[in-house]
Amino acid sequence: MTAQIIVNNLHKHFGHLEVLKGINLEIKKGQVVCVIGPSGSGKSTLLRCINRLEEPTHGDITVDDIRITDPKVDINKTRRHIGMVFQQFNLFPHLSVKENIMMAPLELKLKTKIEAEQKAIELLERVGLSDKVNAKPRQLSGGQMQRVAIARALAMEPDIMLFDEPTSALDPEMVGEVLAVMKELASMGMTMVVVTHEMGFAKDVADRVIFMDEGIIMEEAPPAEIFANPKNPRTMEFLKKVLSV
Amino acid sequence: MNLGKVFSEVNPLLLKGLWITIEVSVLSLLLAFALGLCTCFFGMSKKAPLRWISKAYVGLIRGTPMLVQVFYVYFAIPQLLQFMGFDVRLTPFSAGLITLTLNAGAYMSEIFRGAINAVNTGQMEAARSLGLSQAQAMRKVILPQAFRICLPSLVNQFIITIKDSSLISVIGLAEIMYQAKIYVGRTMESFATYTWVAIYYLVLIGILTYVAKLVERKVQI
Repeated sequence: MTAQIIVNNLHKHFGHLEVLKGINLEIKKGQVVCVIGPSGSGKSTLLRCINRLEEPTHGDITVDDIRITDPKVDINKTRRHIGMVFQQFNLFPHLSVKENIMMAPLELKLKTKIEAEQKAIELLERVGLSDKVNAKPRQLSGGQMQRVAIARALAMEPDIMLFDEPTSALDPEMVGEVLAVMKELASMGMTMVVVTHEMGFAKDVADRVIFMDEGIIMEEAPPAEIFANPKNPRTMEFLKKVLSV
Repeated sequence: MNLGKVFSEVNPLLLKGLWITIEVSVLSLLLAFALGLCTCFFGMSKKAPLRWISKAYVGLIRGTPMLVQVFYVYFAIPQLLQFMGFDVRLTPFSAGLITLTLNAGAYMSEIFRGAINAVNTGQMEAARSLGLSQAQAMRKVILPQAFRICLPSLVNQFIITIKDSSLISVIGLAEIMYQAKIYVGRTMESFATYTWVAIYYLVLIGILTYVAKLVERKVQI
């Protein structure tokens, strides 16, 4: 079986700054890949290239056999089945929790109002927020907001989920509830790419861990291997710093 | 200097004028809202000529006094058109309406631009990541938030435009200030008359401010 996400020689420049310097990556359907590395290493940029929130400068990305770097491709259609969860949640503050989840399927005419509402309620149940259906985002805690954001992405019924440091803006006691939802998603076979600083999550859930630094994939291995005996000196140095805390 | 006596005499005139003030202001604000929104979108367009049009228009209006604009629309442009062979004559009302609309439209486009820019970029990204087009994201996510952000400045612009409409009296539009000037010219009762004019403006703008507060509270996030 060919991979679901194929990244081929991806480069990204911001002005003179080269953030990605030739990334090659394949992710199979149902795999969970965690991307770790120091800040500024290009891991978020890589993630954002996969749904073209950033335009790659150079190189190819293929998702579900569609070459999304082709300028002729309808990126809006492709994005429908690539969910994304942001560090800052980015819930729509003027809409209620339920409306946040219903908005895209309704606007894109994929569901009737009744279907969308049913789906929203079902998803909120799944992320443990049945009691917040009619709340406004500002009434929620960070962990609750992020769980709504996950539900919102799932409402589009994606087969890939991208997570951009989903727990980095959370108070420590709320990290667990978000990771639990993500774990459940992983166990249901969702293809996931997770940029994270949660080494515990990477250890437990990832099929593969990618260590990035300076715009390059420095090392790539199953979690057991990369955490127990990293081969690249940069990986060792990074892991020593983050795991010794 | 008899406020009461002057009031009973001048009040019917002022009310007639006030009605025209309201008419020209409300109409021009409605038109300016649409014009401002278009100009704002032109200014953010990917097409450079549209951006230039928007920039030139806003620059022209912001760079010239309202009084010059009134004269320009009422006297200068019709003369130019007549010279080119078109017989165009504007009534004071339509010239005033055009001027106020052009003037407020330019300022509103800046107000809208500021408000749209003030919406967090993450909002657009979140909407786009769900598969919405730029236009859909604008309509469903960005504009509703931008509208709430721009309300106070928008109300401010409403107030400025209502007050600026008094300038149109110079071309003979019989709004409240014009009526007052005529009456004072006849009776020399300037203190009493202009006091009443000021009170009418205060009440009118007071009501607007009150309604705006209600709306603001209603649409609060």
